[in-house]
Parts: sequence; C-alpha cells; structure tokens
Amino acid sequence: MAEKKNLPIGGIITEGGTAHEYATGGWRKLRPVLDKEKCTNCLICWVMCPDSAIVVQDGKMIGFDMDHCKGCGICAEECPDKVKAINMDEEKD
Amino acid sequence: MATTMTKAQIGLTGNSAIAYAMKQINPDVCPAYPITPSTAVVEEFSSYVADGKVDTEFITVESEHSAMSACIGASAAGARVMTATSSQGLALMWEMLYIASGMRLPIVLTDVNRALSAPINIHCDHSDSMGARDSGWIQIYSETVQEAYDNLFQAVRIAENEKVLLPVMVCLDGFITSHAIENISLIDDDDIRQFIGEYKAQHPLLDTDHPVTYGAMTLPDTYIEFKRQQSEAITRAKDVVSEIGKEFGKRFGREYGLMEEYKLDDAEAVIVILSSAAGTTKVAVDELRKAGKKVGILKPRLFRPFPFKEIADALKNVKAVAVLDRADSMSGFGGPLFNEVRSALYELEKRPKVVSRIFGLGGRDYMVKDAVHVFDELLKIVETGKVETLTKYITI
Ligand code: SF4
Ligand code: SF4
Repeated sequence: MAEKKNLPIGGIITEGGTAHEYATGGWRKLRPVLDKEKCTNCLICWVMCPDSAIVVQDGKMIGFDMDHCKGCGICAEECPDKVKAINMDEEKD
Repeated sequence: MATTMTKAQIGLTGNSAIAYAMKQINPDVCPAYPITPSTAVVEEFSSYVADGKVDTEFITVESEHSAMSACIGASAAGARVMTATSSQGLALMWEMLYIASGMRLPIVLTDVNRALSAPINIHCDHSDSMGARDSGWIQIYSETVQEAYDNLFQAVRIAENEKVLLPVMVCLDGFITSHAIENISLIDDDDIRQFIGEYKAQHPLLDTDHPVTYGAMTLPDTYIEFKRQQSEAITRAKDVVSEIGKEFGKRFGREYGLMEEYKLDDAEAVIVILSSAAGTTKVAVDELRKAGKKVGILKPRLFRPFPFKEIADALKNVKAVAVLDRADSMSGFGGPLFNEVRSALYELEKRPKVVSRIFGLGGRDYMVKDAVHVFDELLKIVETGKVETLTKYITI
C-alpha cells in the first residue's frame, strides 16, 4: 500500500520501454510455429510483426517471443508465398 | 475588438475581454472550434495569432471533440493550453473532459454558458457546465466581464499549481455577459506575465530524455488509487483558489474569494445564485433593504470543488434560503446548485428552510421583480416557518 501512495499522478508511466515487462501473450488463441528448413531469413516477418515478437539473432530469424506474441498470424500471412515457413497452430487450453 | 475608452477603463464585451486575456496569457497552443455564443473569443484570438501578436500554435479542428483531444495531446506534450466553447460544443467534448482531468492536465477552458438542445436554443443557461460538473474540472462562475477577465488569469495559476494540476473551466453567461459591453480595467501585459509566470510541465511527452507514457490502462489494482489522488487534488484546489484570489487582490486591487456575500451579515432571507443573475438580484436586495427587509445574496464563485463548509458557515444564521438554478438536473428534485447547497446545510445544528427555484432557462429574462418575488416568498417562510412549494420554475 505504501507503494500505491507514491503512484505517479494521472496514471502516467515515468520510464520508457515498460511494455517488455508486461506479458501480453496470455490471450493468444493461435501460436506461430516456424519451419526452420523452409525459412530463408528474409526477415519480412520481423518487419511486419506488430508486437516485436520475432526474435532475430545474427541476422537470422530464430523464433518467437511467446510472452508478447498475441497470435495474430500476420507473420504467417506475410511470409512469402513461395516459402510459407510459419504455420499457425491452435493453442492448447 | 469592440472597444470604447473612458478614463483608465475600456469598454469590452465578455468575449473580447476573454480573447484579450488569452492574448496577454499567450498560451503555447489553442485548439478551438467556434460555437455561439463564444464564437468571438475564438475569432478575435485567431486574429491575434494571424497578426503575430502571440506565439500560440492555433489548431483549427473539425469538432469540439477534436479540440479537446488536441488540448490533451498538447498539454501532455508540456504546453500551456487554452480553448473556449459553449453548449453543444462542451457536450461534444464530454468524453475528453474526463480524460483531461484524469490525466491531470492543467488546461484552461472558457465556457460561455448556453442552453443544451433539445429544443435547440442559443441563449444563456447553465445546463452545459452543470452537465460537466462531475467531469473533474474546477469550475469558476463569473458575474461580470471584469470577473471573467480576472478569473482567466487566476485559472491559469490554479490549474498549474503543483498541489492541483487539474483543468479549469471559467464560466460566463452567454450573451448577457459575453455580448454586453462593460467598462473594465485591464492589467498590463508585464504584470500578467509576472503573475502567471512560466509553465514548466512536470512530465512533458516531448522530453525524450525522460520518456513517459500517458493514457496507459490501469486495472482494479490501481485505478481507484488514481481516482483518489484526483479527488484529493480537487479538494486541495479550494485553498489554492482562495490563496490565488487574495494574491490577485494584493497585486491588482480586486480580491476574489470562494464566494461573494452581499448584505448577508444580518440577512434572514437569502438568495443563492450564480453568475450575472446575481447582479440583478443585488438591485432587488438594495430596493428591499430600503424598505427595511433583511435580505441578502450568496453568490458562489467556485462551484467545483464545492465549498460546502464555507457555504454552510455563511448561511448558518439565515432563516430561509432560495437557491436559484439556471439549469435543471431533471431529477424531479430541483436544480444542481440547490441540491448541493441544501446538502451542505445538513451539517448545521439549526438549518434554514431551503427551496429550489429554476429560472431563466434558454435565456428567459430574469428581472428585478422576479428576485423581489422570491424574496417575498422567503420572507413569508421566515414569518410562518412553513414552506408551501419546495421546488418550482419561475420566470414563467
Ligand atoms: S503471430 Fe502476430 S504477434 Fe505473433 S509473432 Fe506472428 S505477427 Fe507477431
Ligand atoms: S518471413 Fe518467413 S522466410 Fe522470412 S524470415 Fe520470416 S519466417 Fe523466415
């Protein structure tokens, strides 16, 4: 409660980048699954993902940040037609 | 600007005086969408912008909802922000009014009071600002052009006070005050600049070295704490309004309190009334006093926060009170001012009789004889101790 008394006024958040700390992946119904064999590392999915949930290392697409992926399927849709390296699977309940 | 000069005074309409005050304040941003009867405020202020008399970024928008939205964005960015509206314009701002106060943004808005539709009407009553009374804005009502002019500078100080940080609405009566020319005293630009000072926002969005988020969602674990903070801030605003009213008096010779008491000291019958109609009522009081009647007026200046203790204290020795509302709450139980004044008096050991009279809706004239008639009724209540009609419409 002591902490609550010192809340910044007006509901503002007084630092940047706090979305990292807030896991928004909990309400996902579909889960992206990557087929590494097919992926060409074009990184179109990384550009298009609205939640910055595509994880890239050394210029290579290596998977998803499942704490923030909301399962919208944009990455699967945008992955080039000839590749289609992402599949959207049903989340288990 | 409609002006006539006499001695140290200048004849200005209420709208011109507000526009001129805004010119002197020189806000950073003014998003506005003109509407009758406040149109001339926006029109004249935009001339000052066009003529380079102010540094203000004037934003023309497509509606009042957008005007208030732009006020919020600019204020969050760290700007000193002002706008003006009336009636349907204020109604269209509704959603955003709550966001401005909830985000604790010290925006100053002039509301030139006008009736709400339907039926459509462009003339004065207080249904617009009374409808916004729970929106978390501080509300100050002005009787005259001079008061409206003076209130606007004080509003800037009140809103930006670090104990407050809330938006302020300065109200004046549509056409009656907004369009009538009154001789007023202007304050020098330099003195105004000193009085209002510079605005330094605590958490401006444009300070990219210290990034902040405005408008984040809060869940049941914090929402109520933010609302309590807001409630405490508007409660604190009462003393800030008093202090700034006193300071204004010291600097410029016109002191302002939470309310004005007119011949109240020994009064037995009192009318409580806001804004320009208080002036009309004063004439009735003077006439009745000549005839030896103990009558007086209480004119609240601050309506939000509601100075309930001070009002109860001012009315504690009075025997009969009529609260005159220029708005109806449509509750079947009198007007909004009536309900709050009556509730404030409940704490008294010896309560006066209190009746509600709704008057002047949609610009219907309220004359000296109307006030005299209410006082006659009150004096009868004083005599008999009986209230015949608790609530009713007058000026019908
Ligand atoms: S499903 Fe949507 S949120 Fe998840 S990684 Fe793909 S684009 Fe991003
Ligand atoms: S868009 Fe498809 S091919 Fe390109 S990096 Fe993403 S998954 Fe791989």
